[in-house]
Amino acid sequence: MEIEVSIRKQLRDFELQVDFTAKDEVFALLGASGCGKSMTLKCIAGIEIPDQGYIRLGKRVLFDSVRGLCLTPQQRHIGYLFQNYALFPNMTVLANLQFAARGTLAESRCRIQDNIRRFALQGLEGAYPAALSGGQQQRVAFARILVSEADILLLDEPFSALDSYLKWQLEQELMHVLGEYGGSALFVSHDRGEVYRLCDRAAVINRGHIEAIDSKQALFANPQTLAGALLTGCKNVSTARKIDNEHFLADEWGILLSGTIGQPIPDHLRYVGIRAHFFVWASGPGENTFVADIVEVIEDTFSFLVMWRPSGGDGCSRLLRWEVDKETWRQVNGSKIYLCLPADKIMYMQK
Amino acid sequence: MDLSPLYISLKTAGTATVFTFFAGIGLAYFVVRFKRHQGILDAIITLPMVLPPTVVGFFLLLIFGKHGFIGQLLLLGDIRFVFTWKAAVTAAVIVSLPLMYRTSRGAFEQMDVNLLYAARTLGVSEWRIFWRILLPNARQGILAGLVLSFTRALGEFGATIMVAGNLPGITQTMSTAIYAAVQANDDATAFVWVAVVVSFSFLVVILMNYWMARLYGFGRKGNGVGGNRSQHSQTTA
Repeated sequence: MEIEVSIRKQLRDFELQVDFTAKDEVFALLGASGCGKSMTLKCIAGIEIPDQGYIRLGKRVLFDSVRGLCLTPQQRHIGYLFQNYALFPNMTVLANLQFAARGTLAESRCRIQDNIRRFALQGLEGAYPAALSGGQQQRVAFARILVSEADILLLDEPFSALDSYLKWQLEQELMHVLGEYGGSALFVSHDRGEVYRLCDRAAVINRGHIEAIDSKQALFANPQTLAGALLTGCKNVSTARKIDNEHFLADEWGILLSGTIGQPIPDHLRYVGIRAHFFVWASGPGENTFVADIVEVIEDTFSFLVMWRPSGGDGCSRLLRWEVDKETWRQVNGSKIYLCLPADKIMYMQK
Repeated sequence: MDLSPLYISLKTAGTATVFTFFAGIGLAYFVVRFKRHQGILDAIITLPMVLPPTVVGFFLLLIFGKHGFIGQLLLLGDIRFVFTWKAAVTAAVIVSLPLMYRTSRGAFEQMDVNLLYAARTLGVSEWRIFWRILLPNARQGILAGLVLSFTRALGEFGATIMVAGNLPGITQTMSTAIYAAVQANDDATAFVWVAVVVSFSFLVVILMNYWMARLYGFGRKGNGVGGNRSQHSQTTA
């Protein structure tokens, strides 16, 4: 079901200003904590009320400040998956589902049985939430949402408080559930990996504003803004100025670089970035290639993080982070290292 | 020995606790849910807890006495209030209400708000949320409030003696009986009532602790609110 959101709400430090439309897809809101992404979900669900704006789900208008229309959360039919799943601790699994069921008794009984089967909850009907594992709780929460006949799913950082092993298991389950569900879902997260694995399209939110909306592939290849670059995990960012059509100066790195042929450098270039594993080890001098002064080497689980800066500067430019697999690093370590910043891997940002 | 003070005390405190129970929970729900005028309402309900009971008694006399607003209304209906059992109950309600109100309010506020939000998005009416989610999950605080207000009502002295007096067989409670006995140099009677009051209060507190321990134990097996708490620490760790 299509959802159209266009809302304004004054928060303590900034104004939330969000406009987007999502169709039958998994749409992600990617942002740092406190950027307003959870508030956006709460406004859609009716838990918070925007100062002004418009929210439409399918053919139903949920909120319209011009017409003074604001449905209660009960009337909106929105499935909200809370971070802690918010299962009612005083009720068994079955009672949780019955409590949420709408419609006539026969209908709801049928729907409850369907969802118990769909989420493999047979045998757990009589258990209380506290006795369930994290994965089981998540499945009960989903079953409860579907029993209540929600028209859309809102997922509010469902994994942010979990350790990495459990997180991976739950993510697998969620992927399975979303595939089965097939309707539209809005997913809020600050984790680029989760967003990339689970979603089709994503929006980058920074201080209440949507900075970019695109397919996940396009967004990660070219984040368009500084916040987008950082959120999608770009480790190397520098302020930058355009010099001419082929060249720009990366101030903080203290180097002059050339752009790709055929891809013009934007006039209002402000930042450039390159991901840590995109540096190429070169055998000798070349375009965008520099002798690397290695400042620090940190051994990570499966790679080395090499902090370096181009040789010949004043020695106080910002360090670059090169992520290199252990095998390669053992080969190059000790020799004079040339590193290349491939022009087609450099991201341009205008804000 | 005349046992009427024991009987009157239990009857007064029991009746007062019924009123206090519902009023306290209702007011706590109102204040938590509708945040308007929260400060003023909260102050008014809590005031009897910190005021000297004699001041509460004085206000009750002002309101319910012959010249008071409600007192005159009652006179129209030919209802006597001052120095009756009703007055003793009213005094006990006023002084015990803050305890019930504050403990239930604390219990409501400590609850995971996501439970309420979740219920709303699932389409559950506010009425059902109150009875099936809010009350059951706040039951420990509510029970504690119930016990505290009952013992407070039982021990009420200052406001009672001002509005209900100390009429043996009618309004004389255990607390006022002790006062009367001491005034009359009847130490033996005073000792008896002191012993009854102390052992009774002691018993109630012991029972409450036992009850709480059982509730927590119940939770630890994964069946109740206490169990939810451990689940919380797990997900937020």
